[in-house]
Amino acid sequence: MANVKEKTGKPVAKTGKGKQRQDIEQPAVVIDPTREPIVVVDGLHIVYRVYGAGGEKGSAATALMRVVRRQNRPQMNEIHAVRGVSFVAYRGDAIGLIGTNGSGKSTLLKAIAGLLPPAGGGVYTDGQPSLLGVSAALMRDLSGERNIVLGCLAMGLTPQQTREKYDEIVEFADLKPGFIQYPMSTYSSGMGARLRFAIAAARTHDVLLIDEALATGDAKFKRRSKAKIEELRRDAGAVFLVAHNLDVIEETCNRVIWLDDGQIRMDGDPAEVIAAYTEATSK
Amino acid sequence: MNATTSDSLAEFAARHGLTKSAARPPLRKYIADLWQRRTFIWQFASSKSMAMYTSSRLGQLWQVLTPLLNAGVYFLIFGVLLGTDHGVTNFVPFLVTGVFVFSFCQRSLTAGARSVGNNLSLIRALHFPRATLPFAFVIVELQHLMVAMLVLAGIVLAFGEPITWHWILLVPALALQLVFNIGVSLIIARMGAFIRDVQQLLPFIMRTWLYASGVIFAIPAMAHKFKDHPWVIDLLAANPGSVYVELVRTSVIDSYRDDLVTLNWGTGHLWWYAIAWAVVAFAGGFWYFYRAEERYGRG
Repeated sequence: MANVKEKTGKPVAKTGKGKQRQDIEQPAVVIDPTREPIVVVDGLHIVYRVYGAGGEKGSAATALMRVVRRQNRPQMNEIHAVRGVSFVAYRGDAIGLIGTNGSGKSTLLKAIAGLLPPAGGGVYTDGQPSLLGVSAALMRDLSGERNIVLGCLAMGLTPQQTREKYDEIVEFADLKPGFIQYPMSTYSSGMGARLRFAIAAARTHDVLLIDEALATGDAKFKRRSKAKIEELRRDAGAVFLVAHNLDVIEETCNRVIWLDDGQIRMDGDPAEVIAAYTEATSK
Repeated sequence: MNATTSDSLAEFAARHGLTKSAARPPLRKYIADLWQRRTFIWQFASSKSMAMYTSSRLGQLWQVLTPLLNAGVYFLIFGVLLGTDHGVTNFVPFLVTGVFVFSFCQRSLTAGARSVGNNLSLIRALHFPRATLPFAFVIVELQHLMVAMLVLAGIVLAFGEPITWHWILLVPALALQLVFNIGVSLIIARMGAFIRDVQQLLPFIMRTWLYASGVIFAIPAMAHKFKDHPWVIDLLAANPGSVYVELVRTSVIDSYRDDLVTLNWGTGHLWWYAIAWAVVAFAGGFWYFYRAEERYGRG
């Protein structure tokens, strides 16, 4: 049986791995007084809830017994995804986050963006960090045209700015003629990804957070989206990049943080951290 | 160059003018942010309405058919089979008005309960005042109501009621109902976001409320049954569901105003109730929703 919260009722839940989680000694945070900080992450803990995840068999009788015994619902799991992370990012930094699946990279990004509330510690930022991505606001059944407007407004652009950006987005997405009037559900996956990227890249960011696999589509679009990300990076105060492609990270970042099971395993020079990470994961 | 404890990291951040990332903005700024998103709210709502029927063959026609079929079902059961029409001269317009106006409340609350909880992916991806969602989902229902009101006007006229100046009162009545609905949706949205069971419970509450609000019978005509307990009738008549339904009825159905005179039932209090419910629900709901603003992302 997985994921039963401990009876002591302490707020910190365990993940469903069944084994004891290893605590890594966190590297001490060193402050560089000559540079201007833009993101300070201070002893951050993130716990989020997942509903409907499998636990025990969910018959009505067992559910009733659970209520009688005052146990927690097994359908609701608390996942302690980030466990005490601290670091300081400075203006101009491009920081890569690496780690195995489920190590807390995406969660950390969302916490920096202020989208997931911290269970402990805090994130302090200059300006509003935002994720590059708008897919969640779009509706598959509606036309590309409508989704561009909807996506831009959802990102906080004014109607005026939306009108100004509209042509630029259409041009960048470079869909087949006429497709912009069709519902997005009729698009091929590459076309959909291109439009989504084009909308997401239409706004500038104080702190830009990029989560994996952005350069999608054919070779030509990959090249163009890479150039676009470069452009966004130059405008942003700092960039965080999550990717499994280590080449991309080594190429674009001046610093790499290796996350392991919600904690920092290593933080420093890209070549060094990536070498250590590659060695650890290839075993 | 020195290692620091986490306490001074927060101080270090404050010294450089950094602000907490997941903090709730002050109320004034929150309201300004929400106002800035008004086009998004309208666009999101229209898009939702459009997307709702794209896969069905009759498409947008369902916006008209749904309220019509609803009215038909209630007419069949309560008008023809059970015959609850005592005290009302023109029962069909009476019933249809009741069903349409009440279902605006009902559907707003049901949508409100899901508005935050079922849109977690959106909440975890983009920054916006979370109150945008309950607002947008009530606006979707408002758009449906607009269509339903056109259908209603047709039915009322077809059953021989004249157009009078009283019809203008429809606008303030529905505006107050809208404000009330947004307020209650904000409350339910916060509850539904953290306690999913609310969504399961809501249909039963809504049905009880429907029967208590005089949608399918006239509360004034029931007064004689509760002669010993007049407070029951007072309570039913003061509940917001009944208040907004009665306001619309007295605005658009000429013969119903005469019925109320016959039953010796005053309607002057209705506007005061309507205003009070709207103000209390909206102010309370907004404040209650706002208090949990930074926590909705956790689910």
